[in-house]
Amino acid sequence: MAKYLLLKHYRGAPAPANDVPMDQWTPEEISAHVQYMQDFADRLEKTGEFVDGQALAPEGAWVRYDGEGRPPVTDGPFAETKDLIAGWMVIDVDSYDRAVELAGELSAAPGAGGTPIHEWLEVRPFLAEPPTITE
Amino acid sequence: MPQMDEALLRSLTPNVLAVLVRRGADFAAAEDAVQDALVEAVRVWPADPPRDAKGWLITVAWRKFLDATRADAARRRREESVDEEPAPEPAPAADDTLQLYFLCAHPSLTPSSAVALTLRAVGGLTTRQIAQAYLVPEATMAQRISRAKRTVSGVRFDRPGDVATVLRVLYLVFNEGYSGDVDLAAEAIRLTRQLASAIDHPEVAGLLALMLLHHARRAARTAPDGSLVPLAEQDRGRWDTKAIAEGVEILQAALARDQLGEFQAQAAIAALHADAPTAGETDWVQIVEWYDELARLTDNPVVRLNRAVAVGEADGPRAGLAALAALDDSLPRHTAVAAYLHERDGDLTTAARLYAEAAQKASNLSERNHLTRQAARLNADLNARRGR
Repeated sequence: MAKYLLLKHYRGAPAPANDVPMDQWTPEEISAHVQYMQDFADRLEKTGEFVDGQALAPEGAWVRYDGEGRPPVTDGPFAETKDLIAGWMVIDVDSYDRAVELAGELSAAPGAGGTPIHEWLEVRPFLAEPPTITE
Repeated sequence: MPQMDEALLRSLTPNVLAVLVRRGADFAAAEDAVQDALVEAVRVWPADPPRDAKGWLITVAWRKFLDATRADAARRRREESVDEEPAPEPAPAADDTLQLYFLCAHPSLTPSSAVALTLRAVGGLTTRQIAQAYLVPEATMAQRISRAKRTVSGVRFDRPGDVATVLRVLYLVFNEGYSGDVDLAAEAIRLTRQLASAIDHPEVAGLLALMLLHHARRAARTAPDGSLVPLAEQDRGRWDTKAIAEGVEILQAALARDQLGEFQAQAAIAALHADAPTAGETDWVQIVEWYDELARLTDNPVVRLNRAVAVGEADGPRAGLAALAALDDSLPRHTAVAAYLHERDGDLTTAARLYAEAAQKASNLSERNHLTRQAARLNADLNARRGR
């Protein structure tokens, strides 16, 4: 019973085995990819392990506070930013091993040529609530 | 309008469910029917409380079960065999409740499924309440529960199970008592109490005592800003003396039977803490002895880690560090313990570095914040000494 974030990157992750940009895929390959992700989420809901899944647009802005009474400052996006998050899935599983197993399955989503992308996913544990018994 | 007694209502859940199963309903369908009856009770009872709450629930749950069976065309044939006046009830129900605990903690279930099924089928909580307590969507929790029911559907209801599996599930509910609308720690205590009245077993008593002794500290465990207050710094005047007295009494009766188990040993440690008027008066020597017992009973490395802390208090920080050196440093909280012992030993530079490192490794936010504050406190001290 621990939550993990499976993080997908637009960039910043090591290069996958099947490294063809999505805009070079056939429309059928894109549909197959999207279907795989949906089926994966549906399957996790049926196993009682799904918490959340979201995708992010690649473009965004940097925002910061600029002092009392002033509007926030926006800037960017900066082309040199190495890490760009594409989306995530949050799962609630019994063990770290199970989280790794599921990340492995998600990484097998088909890409160009209909074969798995072998995409690198980041698996990050949530900081949980403290246990009641500590001694 | 009389106040709805939800605790009473939910305490009847396992009995009612067991009656339906005895009458021939399969477990999954019976469990759904009992849930429906509970929902109806919440709706109807405030205005029209029944004289016999249990009888009312059985009647309504049985009707719900028959309705569902009738609605299910595929099950029409089975309907004919159950849609007749049920035979009179077999008398005592304590045994049925026990069977239900065994079923919901069956070894074929994963820990999270066993927890969810126990809270619903034995605890009478709704899927929504359980989902909220564990911060997952209701649909996910519904699937987790229905899968769990399918997993145990072939298990015979009259086979005795292993009480140790039930205790592990109840311990999980208590120890991961997340803060939601449902007080899972209190629910774990209620379910363990109910189990203790169904089976006479020293480890069930040990777990109940352990829960009561820890629950007693609840008010003192969190500061107004939500941060964790370590045991040594807790205001002991805020400990619940009634819960402590009950826990100690239950523990003493269990220990007198001379069948020591890990929960009794853990409760004994908690009782020694409860017994100390101030942190400075804690009987650490006895606590180390109990950790030695505990280490003999389980091979859990966390026990040896906690033992190292106790040794550090009983025999000095050097002895604690020596005990710690024998343990795998990848254990959770190993670095935090090392930081604490180095601070006690006067090596503030090492302690500050280790506190900061331990904060990075913390598995929960309260602990991380606490460890970061410890590092910051020592760093401020060290900087002041250096004259900045």
